[in-house]
Amino acid sequence: MSYGEIKRAHARMSRVERKKTLVAYSFLAPNYLGFAIFTLVPVVCAIALSFFEWNGGDISKLRFVGFENYATIFNVKKISQNGLGYFFNRVDLGIALKNTMFYTIITVPLTIVCALALALLLNKIKGAVVFRTIFFFPYVASMVAICVCWSFMLMKDGPVNQMIMSLGIPFNKSWTADSTMAMWAIILVSVWRNMGYYMVLYLAALQGVPKELLEAATVDGAGKWKQFLHVTLPQLRPTTFFVSVMMMISCFKIYDVVAIMTEGGPGRSTKMLVTYIYDEAFVKIRYGQASAISMILLVIVLIFTMIQFRSEKRFSND
Amino acid sequence: MERTLRQKQIRRTNPTAIRVVHVVVYILLVALALFTLIPFVWMLSSSLKLDREVFSYPIKWIPETFRWENYSLIWQKVPLLTYFKNTAFIAIVVTFLQTLTSSFAAYAFAKLEFRGRDTLFLCYIATIAVPWQAYMLPQFIMMRSIGLYDTLWAMVVLQAFSAFGVFLMRQFYRGIPTELCEAARLDGLSEYGIWARIMLPLSKAAIATLIIFTFVGTWNDYMGPMIYLTKDLNKTVQVGLRRFIQENSSDYHLIMAVSVCSLVPVSVVFLALQKYFIEGIATSGLKG
Repeated sequence: MSYGEIKRAHARMSRVERKKTLVAYSFLAPNYLGFAIFTLVPVVCAIALSFFEWNGGDISKLRFVGFENYATIFNVKKISQNGLGYFFNRVDLGIALKNTMFYTIITVPLTIVCALALALLLNKIKGAVVFRTIFFFPYVASMVAICVCWSFMLMKDGPVNQMIMSLGIPFNKSWTADSTMAMWAIILVSVWRNMGYYMVLYLAALQGVPKELLEAATVDGAGKWKQFLHVTLPQLRPTTFFVSVMMMISCFKIYDVVAIMTEGGPGRSTKMLVTYIYDEAFVKIRYGQASAISMILLVIVLIFTMIQFRSEKRFSND
Repeated sequence: MERTLRQKQIRRTNPTAIRVVHVVVYILLVALALFTLIPFVWMLSSSLKLDREVFSYPIKWIPETFRWENYSLIWQKVPLLTYFKNTAFIAIVVTFLQTLTSSFAAYAFAKLEFRGRDTLFLCYIATIAVPWQAYMLPQFIMMRSIGLYDTLWAMVVLQAFSAFGVFLMRQFYRGIPTELCEAARLDGLSEYGIWARIMLPLSKAAIATLIIFTFVGTWNDYMGPMIYLTKDLNKTVQVGLRRFIQENSSDYHLIMAVSVCSLVPVSVVFLALQKYFIEGIATSGLKG
């Protein structure tokens, strides 16, 4: 082959290659353009905006302030004088973080226990489909409807308090108006709504527990409970891990239930990270500070995601 | 050895014990199902009462007289039909665009080789972990500046191009043998032809999953419409219901009636396609 021929062949190759790339891009374009404009650009802007001051108005009011927004939301001056206790009890961000963490720490294990219990009860039973549909239904039901229904049910004279009273416990406060019970009302609704979703994940995982292992355990004389502790539970470990990280992430993003049931109140007792972002961004119109809080949320979520990525590798190597 | 075998036999041949366990399991399940359904039952029963009967003591699960007129009253008090139309418009357009564009993009990511593929895909991965609440503000400012604030189209472009759909479809397409595409290519089918005639028909299950996920997600979306839609004419069912609650906070019976109405469409879609919904979660484990 002469040099010219090689060159021509190369040209033909790259023409084919270029056409291939063009075709591929035409497949990607509709989704990717929308994605780039409406997601990628705002993500980059969010990071930048946290270093600017902008309290509404047109874009000429934008002013670079460095880390000032972060210093404000952490209330650095007061913390350095009064310590961390002050941060978690007085500063908005501290309270929001504390509330969100409390909510997460209670909700995640409770939901896992309920979801796993439901899955175990449903595993290999007649009529499972009917029950599965019932338990899953709250997850697809519209948030506003179920939240308002629950807050009515948790009112002073509502059915829940009537039941509690009939057990002989003196309790007649409206849950969402009480600063300690409001958080529990939110936890109750969250667990009730999400347990069916995670039950489905557990049901799928239970199909993957090898029958031979369970049979071997029976031959060795293990009862149902021991079988569960020593065979089923360890086999479900990857699922449990995956489910807990996923749920932690979604717990840190909680907004709807709080906004509809308590609006962060009473006082600041159910103020969450996202409720705080919403207030700063759309009520108080402090764009810079709202973005700084968003970055805190982003960092927390990214840490959880990284943990999940790492362990997924570990589990798949096993 | 002999002992364990005997034990096994004892376990196998004890039908009464097994039956007792079964009965206990069913009783537990029924109790839990009641707990799960009680709010819906209460909602339905309250929606058929007078407002002062809602919190009567003791609770009456079945109303003394069924006040069906509550359901005709709400249509006069709230522009429910407008809310339904708006929500249906958003849900249908988003679902259509999402399914079409993401199955298109997923085909390129799963079955085509081209320069920059991995970089482009990395952008998707990088942003799927970023919570929407972290960038909703710049997104809002941007949408307002291009004049989409308080329009239904804002909700459409907001949700139609999420990375979630691309992930779901790509995962499914990767399971389809590449030889199939190669054979079709040799037969002279273009890439678009392969997508339309081979990939789409083979991915019905994945598409059903994506459709129901997107539809239920957009139908129940609360925070997005709350930020973007302020005119009553533009409100969705969720924010419309919320507005009704705030303005008529003591009309418990009517609030419950509107709530029941807001549940009907998703319930129908869910019950009709629940198989795909539940299988989709079980296989992808992803959350929208």
